[in-house]
Amino acid sequence: MKLPLTGSQTVGPFYHFALDRPDWADLTRNGAKGEKIRIEGTILDGDGAPCPDAFLEVWQANAAGRYAHPDDRQEDKKLDSRFLGFGRVSPDAKGRYGFTTIRPGAVPGRGNALQAPHIAVNVFARGILKHLVTRIYFPDFAEANEADPVLGAIDDAAHRATLIAKRGKAKKIGGATMPVYRFDVILQGAGETAFFDI
Amino acid sequence: MSARDPIPYRREKPGAQPPNDYPLYKSTIKRHPKRAPVRIAQTLTEVTGPTFTKPWYGKALADLTKMHKGEPLGERIILAGRVLDEDGRPVPGTLVEMWQANAAGRYAHPRDQHDAPLDPNFTGFGQVVTDAKGEWRFVSIKPGHYPWRNTHNAWRAQHLHFSVFGPAFATRIVTQMYFPGDPLLAADPVFNSVPDAKGRDALISRYDADLSEPEWALGFRWDMVLRGRAATPREN
Ligand SMILES: [Fe+2]
Repeated sequence: MKLPLTGSQTVGPFYHFALDRPDWADLTRNGAKGEKIRIEGTILDGDGAPCPDAFLEVWQANAAGRYAHPDDRQEDKKLDSRFLGFGRVSPDAKGRYGFTTIRPGAVPGRGNALQAPHIAVNVFARGILKHLVTRIYFPDFAEANEADPVLGAIDDAAHRATLIAKRGKAKKIGGATMPVYRFDVILQGAGETAFFDI
Repeated sequence: MSARDPIPYRREKPGAQPPNDYPLYKSTIKRHPKRAPVRIAQTLTEVTGPTFTKPWYGKALADLTKMHKGEPLGERIILAGRVLDEDGRPVPGTLVEMWQANAAGRYAHPRDQHDAPLDPNFTGFGQVVTDAKGEWRFVSIKPGHYPWRNTHNAWRAQHLHFSVFGPAFATRIVTQMYFPGDPLLAADPVFNSVPDAKGRDALISRYDADLSEPEWALGFRWDMVLRGRAATPREN
């Protein structure tokens, strides 16, 4: 007999004092190997209004393309003991968020496909009953993005393009200059971000 | 399919999860995507997720009544349960975060302007990692009902917020736990957004006399159930 699944419920408006962990917005804080990058954007609702009571969680492979998880058995790729691959980031009052990480390596897809480098994202907010699932891809890998099976599942090219971050101006953060990517999360309406049913 | 493909987590059945387009909860109106989500097969990305073998998340905070100099006001409660998968297997070593309003129904949050007193001895945040049997336990106080502006004279049923990761990106869930016999459950749109009656019932904790401690605190028990894994596919 199967047990009934626990249903999702909104995080509500008053989670910040509990869930905000500013240090989790720097995935490199323990000294991860790889190229440091910065991802910034705004979380917007159907009126184009910023959502300060929304937050993102991100999950990614290390620079070599391996997840810090027992189910990733790619023994040929090294684990990085200083990189967990998980982050949580809350936006400011204007809905603007930013996190620092390392550029993820490519990981395998199903069959013999290779996935383009990407970061998996969960979106939580007041007004979202079940968190939304999306991905961040990089404009630097046009060919790999073209061949990516998950991006390929999105029929409409404009909809698909919402998952490719835009290259911004490099920034100096904590003494290091790093590439900046812009990735807005549009919950509804024109330019609505592509979300996945996994 | 390749022999190396990861075993996916089972799809959630229709009715198990609330729809994001749910106008009875007004905040969903401008925040739900209009397009249907794109269905994808799970890859290594979705079947992996953060592990909590090292205390990188900080220290355990299991007793919310001991975070300040004095004791918080309110009805002291013991909350305990397990994190399980759909097949009843325990989910060990996963982070459980919990947050709640104080006994008067107010959050220790600067934007909560409900005209009810803050309690200097209560913050309302706890976190623990499940043990080998998937068990977790908190000591706290029963949160009060609080009003919200969803509709005229709307009040939330008493609840605690829970966040749990499980073994994979695909098992992540944030939810709310309720109390048995709360008269406000019937009209609470957040609670009622879960379509299946069984699923709604599963969000309500039950009073547990064995968990209660004499002359000290009432016990409530509640299990969280995460997606289970599909049967092992035959490898070719
Ligand atoms: Fe709440």
